[in-house]
Amino acid sequence: MSELDGKSQTVSEIVVSSAHGQSGKEGGSGGVIVLFFFVGLVASLIVGWVLFPKALYSQKKQPIDFNHTLHNGLVGNGCESCHFFREDGSYSGVPKLAQCIECHEEAQSSDPEEIKFVEQFVKKEIEVPWLVYARQPDCVFFSHAAHVKSANMDCATCHGPIGESEHMKLYQQNRITGYSRNIWGENIVGIKKNTWDRMKMDDCSECHQKQKVLLGSVQTQKEGCFVCHK
Amino acid sequence: MKIDRRSFLSLGIGVAAGTALSPLPWKLTDDLSIWTQNWPWTPVPEIGETSHVNSVCTLCPGGCGISVRKIEGRGVKIEGMTGHPVNQGGICALGLSGLQLLYGPTRIKTPLRRIGKRGEDRWEKISWEQAISEIAEKLDVLRTSGNSHTIAGIAGSRQGTVSQLFKRFLTAYGSPNFFHTPSCVDTYQLAFQYMNGVSGAPGFDLENADVILSFGSGLLDGWGSPVRMFKANTAWRKANAHVIQIEPRLSRTAAKADRWIAINPGTEAALALGVSHVLIKELLFDKEFVDSHTDGFESFVTSKGEMKKGFRQTVLENYSPETVARITGIDPSAIILLAREFAKAKAPLALCGKGQGIIPGSLAEAMAVHALNALVGSVNRKGGVFPMPETEIQVWHEVAMDSVAAVGINQTNLIGAPPNSPCGTNQIPAAILSGKGYPLNALFVLESNPLYTMADSKTVRDAFDKIPFLVSLSSFMDETARYADIVLPNHIYLERIEDAPAPTGFPKPVISLSKPVFKPQFNTKHAGDTLILLAKEMGGAVADAFPWDNFEACLEEVMGDKMKTLQEKGFWVDSDAAIPDWKAAFKTPSGKFQFSPAEATLGFVPVAIEGDSTFPLLLIPYETMRMAGGYIANPPFMTKTVEDTILKLNDSFIEINPKTAQSNQLSEGDFVVVQTSRGQARGRVHLEEGIMPGVIALPRGLGHTAYDGYIANKGINANQLIGPVQDPVSGLDAAWGIRAKLSKA
Ligand code: SF4
Repeated sequence: MSELDGKSQTVSEIVVSSAHGQSGKEGGSGGVIVLFFFVGLVASLIVGWVLFPKALYSQKKQPIDFNHTLHNGLVGNGCESCHFFREDGSYSGVPKLAQCIECHEEAQSSDPEEIKFVEQFVKKEIEVPWLVYARQPDCVFFSHAAHVKSANMDCATCHGPIGESEHMKLYQQNRITGYSRNIWGENIVGIKKNTWDRMKMDDCSECHQKQKVLLGSVQTQKEGCFVCHK
Repeated sequence: MKIDRRSFLSLGIGVAAGTALSPLPWKLTDDLSIWTQNWPWTPVPEIGETSHVNSVCTLCPGGCGISVRKIEGRGVKIEGMTGHPVNQGGICALGLSGLQLLYGPTRIKTPLRRIGKRGEDRWEKISWEQAISEIAEKLDVLRTSGNSHTIAGIAGSRQGTVSQLFKRFLTAYGSPNFFHTPSCVDTYQLAFQYMNGVSGAPGFDLENADVILSFGSGLLDGWGSPVRMFKANTAWRKANAHVIQIEPRLSRTAAKADRWIAINPGTEAALALGVSHVLIKELLFDKEFVDSHTDGFESFVTSKGEMKKGFRQTVLENYSPETVARITGIDPSAIILLAREFAKAKAPLALCGKGQGIIPGSLAEAMAVHALNALVGSVNRKGGVFPMPETEIQVWHEVAMDSVAAVGINQTNLIGAPPNSPCGTNQIPAAILSGKGYPLNALFVLESNPLYTMADSKTVRDAFDKIPFLVSLSSFMDETARYADIVLPNHIYLERIEDAPAPTGFPKPVISLSKPVFKPQFNTKHAGDTLILLAKEMGGAVADAFPWDNFEACLEEVMGDKMKTLQEKGFWVDSDAAIPDWKAAFKTPSGKFQFSPAEATLGFVPVAIEGDSTFPLLLIPYETMRMAGGYIANPPFMTKTVEDTILKLNDSFIEINPKTAQSNQLSEGDFVVVQTSRGQARGRVHLEEGIMPGVIALPRGLGHTAYDGYIANKGINANQLIGPVQDPVSGLDAAWGIRAKLSKA
């Protein structure tokens, strides 16, 4: 019995002394702790929100500054004049030199970009290494015909009002994945305001889920994975 | 103010909180996961223009339509062609791996002449002109010395314009020795000839059958046209059809069937007759059909005045469930139930051809199964089986034979069989080695690999050693090509124009067109062009029989107006072809279905497989969709899918029942030597409840000694352990296995 009593006394002493110790140091380091917490917090917020997005992407200029607005005014068939469907229904994507040459065998203006284009690419018959903002990885199968021809979607729904741009924006490439920034979207958190702000799989499925009833969309059925990933 | 350890802890917590509240970790996680998919060593096609070319896969007799995806001209994927009547967009693992055959290291890049010993794999490159003129010279010498009949040809397929052209070459040259790689189709054809009075490849209206009784056919293991069978299986599931698999081993087909009945190997015919017994005894058969459209059901008097037992009496006397139970090892009550279920179905259908049907099999068995179908009226009707109407697929002009050819072609062939008898390719080695007939002076092998695929590889090689001149027209350095004296490399299927007629078992006449999807990768030539060139080089009547500039011109001529449809759609279906009904179907002397044909007796005749009582076990080879066991060897993609209970490193596993293993003191993974009267091989055992005690199994498709480093020297070639057994009537190979023994290695 006495042994037990002795022990309980010791415990209570410890409790008291540790409580005492805490209150004694409060004035000394409590402020520092809080301060350090906030320093860490703010620094990492700056890193995460400001420095990281900058560091994550490398920036590249397009080889030629192409003016969509100008061209759009000159061609007869809107986007499809240059971004056309081939006879077999496949989509041609970014035009090849062969198409550009139809009009640009010689420079048609004194615009330095056009002259550069003619001198460096047309005359030398070198394909322009365009940087494609919307390039999906190889594991994605996407049919433009199904979306544009069958579902009558506008190009702008996914690509935005690119046809109204006068200059090519900087191409930003994710240093880790190699993907264009436009896939994840400009917004580092991934928030989007417009349908064309992001092009990740979630964005495909968002639309496909919404349109499910309307389109009987195959992607939402059994074996749906293999419609795009084949 | 005192900075201590806790301040830094606090700093750390602040950093952690701030980081968690920033997009960094979340974005980084996503990016890193994508990064792992984009490692530089992961092959990814170049960025470029995508295109698709439709063609047909001829890697097996399935005849599936394919669509090849190319990027900047390089093939990146082969897919099933949507809208193709046979495979309806589906494809199998082999078809999918076709690009590995196109680009893989096993292709022969230029004509070769052997400089080392046979099979030593030492070659010199020669030009096409050299190769052709050298062969033509040799053939000329033989021909002028009156030995035109002493050359032979083995083709991989019996159909198709290239095979026909090959046969035509031999005819114009003066040799009766055209052979092809036979299969269960040949046996079926013979059964039809005797019982229906019509010869024709079998058409199975499987999609419309509701009880499918398979006597060992690997419906989901590559039997018939494999992708079509997968589609049919899906249709059966939806329609609640019943699949009953009779087989000694739990194959994939058996595992996916509604019922699996294990049977003593080789006794399937007895079961078919046992089921017939019950149907007749319990009056469950289709009386209308049997009464009005069949003959030989009741006993009858032959033209010689002898009394002959009809089908009814034979079956009732000899195949009671009890008798059949003793033979098959299946319970009598199970046989009765099976018969009742079969009879109750609206469209019951029985079929045979073991595994993928690559062994022609016993004629008696095919007839017993066919008779069972007839009993329930499932011949020449919806959901039944029938000989495909022989539409003239190719129209050839007659060969004008000169005197040499006319003499040569009328000689008996190598195996001493009269013209138009079933193709006894399996008898060639024995015929050569016996030395009874005439010696063979030259052998041409087209898209087939007898040194690997034929039973008892060693004897085949001994026989080939006796042939002074061996020419292979293969695309790959297979076992036979490596043994040849001259190799004339063929374009592979993706590089050539060709017709692919009649997918095995498909109930409609279909031809698909194989197109040159790619430019030839190497200095190869279309075998059709090679034959035409060779004929032209020979000159005279041989050249006259080959008036075409090239194979394409020949194909256009023999296909006639079908060619336009083929070019446009990629396939041609004879939409007018209808199954003749019972009144018009049978062309036997009586005009009725014949249960008791004069040519062959119905009954259970066990195949006399080799081996005596010193071999206590039964070895059965089997086929799977994951292994190509014929002329085409496994591309690496497919070998990757083979389980390590079948192949591990370079060792084959021999499947064995745990009970049998125990009595042989073997446990899982033990190294053993499997021995038969034909040879022996070292492997390991895999214990498996799904195989009958006393039976052991090996897959076909392993144990190559040629091809490339991805498939050569892996596992055991089951064919090397098995001897061919001639069917007493058809002469075709009927060996479903061989007796064997195991000993610890
Ligand atoms: S089943 Fe035969 S024909 Fe069809 S894709 Fe497979 S290998 Fe080719």
